Amino acid sequence: MTLLRQPTILQDPVSFDHEGKAGYPSRSIGTILADLADDDPRIMAGSADLTWSTFLADFAERHPDRFVQAGIAERNMLGIAAGLASCGALPYVSTFSAFASLQSLDVIRNDAAYTNLPVRIIGTHTGVSMGYFGSSHHAIEDIGALRSIPNLTVLSPADHTATEALVRATVDASGPVYLRLGRGASGPDVYESQGEVVFGEAATVRRGSGVLVVATGITVHAARDAADALRAAHIAEPTVVDVHTIRPFPAEQIAALAAAHEVVVVVEDHMVDGGLGTSVITALSEHGVAVPVHRHGLRDFAIFGPPTHLYRYYGLDAAGIAVVVERAAQHPSAGPRVPLWGEADMRRELEAQQEADRVRKPEVVFE
Amino acid sequence: MTMSIESATAAPTREELAAQVRRTVLLEAEIAGSGHYGPSLSCTDLLVALYTDLLRVDPADPDAAWRDRLVLSKGHACSALYAVLAQRGFFAADLLRTYTRLGTAFGDHPDMKKVPGVDFSAGALGHGLSVAVGMALHARLRADGARTVAILGDGELNEGQIWEAAGFAGANRLSGLVAIVDVNTVCVDGTTREVLDYEPLGDKWAAFGWEVERIDGHDFDAIDGALGRFAQRHSDGGRPTVILADTVAGKGVPPIEGMAEWHIGYLGGADLDAALLTVASTGGN
Repeated sequence: MTLLRQPTILQDPVSFDHEGKAGYPSRSIGTILADLADDDPRIMAGSADLTWSTFLADFAERHPDRFVQAGIAERNMLGIAAGLASCGALPYVSTFSAFASLQSLDVIRNDAAYTNLPVRIIGTHTGVSMGYFGSSHHAIEDIGALRSIPNLTVLSPADHTATEALVRATVDASGPVYLRLGRGASGPDVYESQGEVVFGEAATVRRGSGVLVVATGITVHAARDAADALRAAHIAEPTVVDVHTIRPFPAEQIAALAAAHEVVVVVEDHMVDGGLGTSVITALSEHGVAVPVHRHGLRDFAIFGPPTHLYRYYGLDAAGIAVVVERAAQHPSAGPRVPLWGEADMRRELEAQQEADRVRKPEVVFE
Repeated sequence: MTMSIESATAAPTREELAAQVRRTVLLEAEIAGSGHYGPSLSCTDLLVALYTDLLRVDPADPDAAWRDRLVLSKGHACSALYAVLAQRGFFAADLLRTYTRLGTAFGDHPDMKKVPGVDFSAGALGHGLSVAVGMALHARLRADGARTVAILGDGELNEGQIWEAAGFAGANRLSGLVAIVDVNTVCVDGTTREVLDYEPLGDKWAAFGWEVERIDGHDFDAIDGALGRFAQRHSDGGRPTVILADTVAGKGVPPIEGMAEWHIGYLGGADLDAALLTVASTGGN
C-alpha cells in the first residue's frame, strides 16, 4: 500500500486557511457566484459575518449592491433570503453548515421549502471539518435533517469543478437548494471538466468490481485515493461513485450499481443514521437489491482534534477507507453488520497520535 | 338570520367594511367549528385601513412585481386577512365557504401558494419580519418605491428572530418597511404582562433604530395618520417605522373582548347570532 499514515502534531496547513489560498471548493464559491451575477441581475449573496471564512468575499467586492451582510443572525439571514426570493431574486446565503442547516432548520422549512422559493443555502465547513472547534461547529446531521424536507434539493459537491457545475445546473431551479461544502482542503480535484458532473446523477469516479464505495463531498477524494492504493497493492479493485446530488436521490442508478457488486460501503462525514447510507439502504430495499451495505461514518458526537487527525481517527481518510473496503471485500456477506471501523481502530489511532504529540510536542511550558 | 358570506356591493365607510370583515371572521369560525377570534378581530381595523388607504395592489394581477407587500407574521389571524382580500376582490368571497375544509386553499394559517393576494405564508411565529426585511431590501434595489408592511403580534415579540430583523432594518435604514404590532395584550396562556412582559415596547424599537408611533389601533384617523407619516419618511429616506397599535382582542364582540381564553374558541348558536347582531350594529347599519 502506498498510503502513508504519518501522525503529525499540527493540522494540515490549509485546514483553517481563511484567506482562500488553496483554491478548493468552498474557497471559490464567491467567485463562481460573482461570475454568474455579472450576467444575471437576479443573483444576490448574503453572509452572517463569515464573508471571508465562507469564501464569499469576491462576490461582496464585485457586487456590493447585491450583497447582504446579515451580521451574526443566521435565521434572520435565511428569512431575508426568502423575502428577496419572493420578489424575484436568486439569493445565495452562506455560513458554516452547522448554522446554515441545523440552527436555521425551521426557517428553511417554513420560509424556503414550504413556500418553494429559490433560496440557495451554502453550508461550508461541513462534517467534522471544523476539527477542534468542536461539535457545536460540526454538521454531522444536516443531511439527515434536510433530506426529509419537501421541495428541498440537497447537493454535496466534491471539488471546485463539481461545485461550479452544480451551481450552474441549479441556477434556475424553482425551489430551494442546500449546498454542502467542505473546508476547501480536500486534495486534488476529482473532476477535470464540469461535463462529468450531471445534476441528479451519481458520477462513477473509479470503475471496478466486488466492492462499491458510495461517497459524497469531501469523502470522495479519500475514497478515490483509497481505491487507487488498493488497486496498486492488488488487494481490491473497488468502484467509487460520487453521490453529489443527495436529494433527489439517484435511487435507481445506485440500486443498479449495487446489484452489479458483491458488497456496498457507504462513506460519509455524517452520522450513519439519516445520512447517505440511509438513502442507499432505502434505495436498495425499494428496488429489491439484496447486496449487503456497510455504513461508514460518524456514530456519535466527535472528539476534539485537528481536522486531519479527526478524519484519521474516524477512518475517514484514504488509509482508513482502504482498511474498511478491504474488510468489506473479505467478508462481503457477514451476518449482522457491525461497524467495519470500530473502537479498537479508533483507540489505535488515538494512541499513535498521542505518542506523536508526546515526542514532538512544542516547547510550551505552563506554570 | 341567514348565514352567508357575500361580497360587498357598496361599502362606503371603513366602519362598514370592518363590520363586514368581522362578520366574515365569525362565519368562517362557524364553518371550522373553531376560530382565532381574539387575534383576528383585534387587527381587523388595521387590515381594512391598510387595504383601503395605503397598499398599492392590483387584485387582477396579485403577483405584480411593483406591488406593495404585506406579511401577516401573526398568521393565525388569517381569517381576517382572507375577508379583507375577498372584499378587495382578490377572489370571490364565496370561496371562503371552503375555509378549513378538506382540500381548501384557506387553512387556519395562510399559504401564499394557494391564496391570491397573500404575499407570504405564515404560521410559525417570529419569521415574518425577516421576510419583510428581504422584501424591503429588494424594493430598495428595484427603486420603485414599493412599501412593505409586516403585521406582528405583541406576544410574537418574544421570538428572538424578530429582534434580529429589527436590528438589521434599523441599521440599514429600511425606510420602506413598516412593522405594525397588534398590541392586543393577550396571548394563549394569559395576558402578555402575565406571560412575558415586554413593555416598554416603544423604547425597545427606538433602541433598534426605528421611528415609533403608538396609536389606538381601532381609530381609523389615527391609523391613517401613522401610515401617512410612514409614507412621508419613506419618501424622505428615513428610518423604518413601527406602529404600536393598541387594540382589543376580540374587538366588536363584547362578551369575549380582551380575554385570553378567546384567543381560540367557538361561538355557536345563540352566541353567534348575538355576536353577528352586535358586529352589524358597529358598521352603521
